[in-house]
Amino acid sequence: MTSAITVTGLRKSFGDQVVLDNLDLTVAGGTVFSLLGANGAGKTTTVKILSTLLRPDAGDVRVAGHDVTRDADAVRAAIGVTGQFSAVDNLLTGEENLRLMADLHHLGRRDGRRKATELLEQFGLTDAGGKAVSTYSGGMRRRLDLAMTLVGSPQVIFLDEPTTGLDPRSRRDMWQIVRDLVAGGVTIFLTTQYLEEADELADRIAVLAGGRLVAEGTADELKRRIPGGHVRLRFAEQRSHDKAVRVLGQTAPDGDALALRVPSDGSVRSLKALIDQLEAHSLEVGELSVHTPDLDDVFLALTDDKVAIA
Amino acid sequence: MSTPTLTAAPALRFHPLRDSVTMLRRNLKRMLRYPSMTVLLIGMPVIFLLLFVYVFGGTMGAGLGGSAADGRAAYANYLTPGILLMTVMSTVQGTAISIAMDMTEGIITRFRTMHIARVSVLTGHVIGSLIQAMLAVAVVTGVALLVGFDPTADLLGWLATAGFVAAVSFAFIWLAVALGQASGTVETASNAPMPLILLPFLSSGFVPTESLPAGIRWFAEYQPFTPIIETMRALLAGNPPGNDLWISLGWCAVIALGGYLWSKRLFNRESKL
Repeated sequence: MTSAITVTGLRKSFGDQVVLDNLDLTVAGGTVFSLLGANGAGKTTTVKILSTLLRPDAGDVRVAGHDVTRDADAVRAAIGVTGQFSAVDNLLTGEENLRLMADLHHLGRRDGRRKATELLEQFGLTDAGGKAVSTYSGGMRRRLDLAMTLVGSPQVIFLDEPTTGLDPRSRRDMWQIVRDLVAGGVTIFLTTQYLEEADELADRIAVLAGGRLVAEGTADELKRRIPGGHVRLRFAEQRSHDKAVRVLGQTAPDGDALALRVPSDGSVRSLKALIDQLEAHSLEVGELSVHTPDLDDVFLALTDDKVAIA
Repeated sequence: MSTPTLTAAPALRFHPLRDSVTMLRRNLKRMLRYPSMTVLLIGMPVIFLLLFVYVFGGTMGAGLGGSAADGRAAYANYLTPGILLMTVMSTVQGTAISIAMDMTEGIITRFRTMHIARVSVLTGHVIGSLIQAMLAVAVVTGVALLVGFDPTADLLGWLATAGFVAAVSFAFIWLAVALGQASGTVETASNAPMPLILLPFLSSGFVPTESLPAGIRWFAEYQPFTPIIETMRALLAGNPPGNDLWISLGWCAVIALGGYLWSKRLFNRESKL
């Protein structure tokens, strides 16, 4: 699989303040990559460099196969950016904004109109298309913003905190739009401070803290990296419970008298080993549930120096 | 090591003309949606025109050597070129404001990440403002004609005046594009071109420079607005403008080029964190 974004040794400082410190990352084409971090972690700076708005101080940054410094125009031709602050023209109508983008992408008059109509419909803005954007709600504005990004059919789309400040319904709408886009084959680079969002959408997640990547992997891999994962077994009778305590060794009591906690990273392999062990000793298990820490635990553990990482 | 591209790279071409027309259309639409701005920009010189003709006109006209009775009309004639230049400066102030408004909105950031001829963002503003300036000058000329302005230029003189006003507007609009970008906020942008509004007072626009005290007179005679106003005065009166025309065009060339280069540099600087 070709990579849509490759970053090696990226550094950026503003004066004395180091914002990005030796960043490496790779995003495979057609996937969603999420950069997760608190405010001020360097997410927006990363997006600005990848989208040619800022020049890197050092490092090799390639987007859609082109170098962002030497070949910025080729990068611009391949990307679409929806930033944190809406990039729409408030004095124009929704449709005029889309037509403006169509004109700048040199679509013909008829194609431009068709594309604008299509996108208005796809983003649920058909009724609002003729109204000035200054009258739009936050969610509508964000959808129009993304629709404008899509006019040029970009290969790589940067979404910088696309749902910050949106209500839950608008957020879910935005997630669905992102899923549809990925299904269409584009690569999405998403920054967010919501773990739930990264968990929902991203194929791979990188956690940025203080300008450094502190972890990278799938949501599940990240969850397994910190302690606290366990399998909860609940037995039908006390006899099986007591036998299991003897057989399995490392166990901890659970709140329930018939239940046990067995430490586990939640991987299929370790589950299979546990189940084999239970079968070998003919232990009848009433309930089995896997408990992995959620991304919030991971995030807090990874971005807090005081918590050791397993 | 090279990363394979996702698709075969199409030949990248820029279309500065087409993009400029697109941006121009955007700016004209914005002007129509925000008409109070245009009204304000035209209103200011009109108020000055009426104030000077009807309040000061009688006395000023007498000072020009006419009789008290036709003094007002004589002063309206003398005053109009200066007011027309003030009209241009007023639109230029509008340019600085709308550029600053644009820069504070996210849409310019979007344009910067798009594969478009970058200069078109600015040329769209320049051409839009030029159209606005010419319309404003036409309106103010109309008002001036109603209050006693009595030009003796023939058609050629009018055309020459229009061309000259366009050249002056073009130069100062480029300066305003730079000022608007350098300002950072809309408030600063509306104040930055203030000297351009006030400079006509320290020129031959309202009174002949001979009537000014030595220091101000020296300044008035060498600042660009005096030859510009004298050229307009000559063209509108059907007289040859002589050296003033060339001095004015020289100033315009310097200001336009300086404004253009400064604007381009400001536009290409990195966006802030």
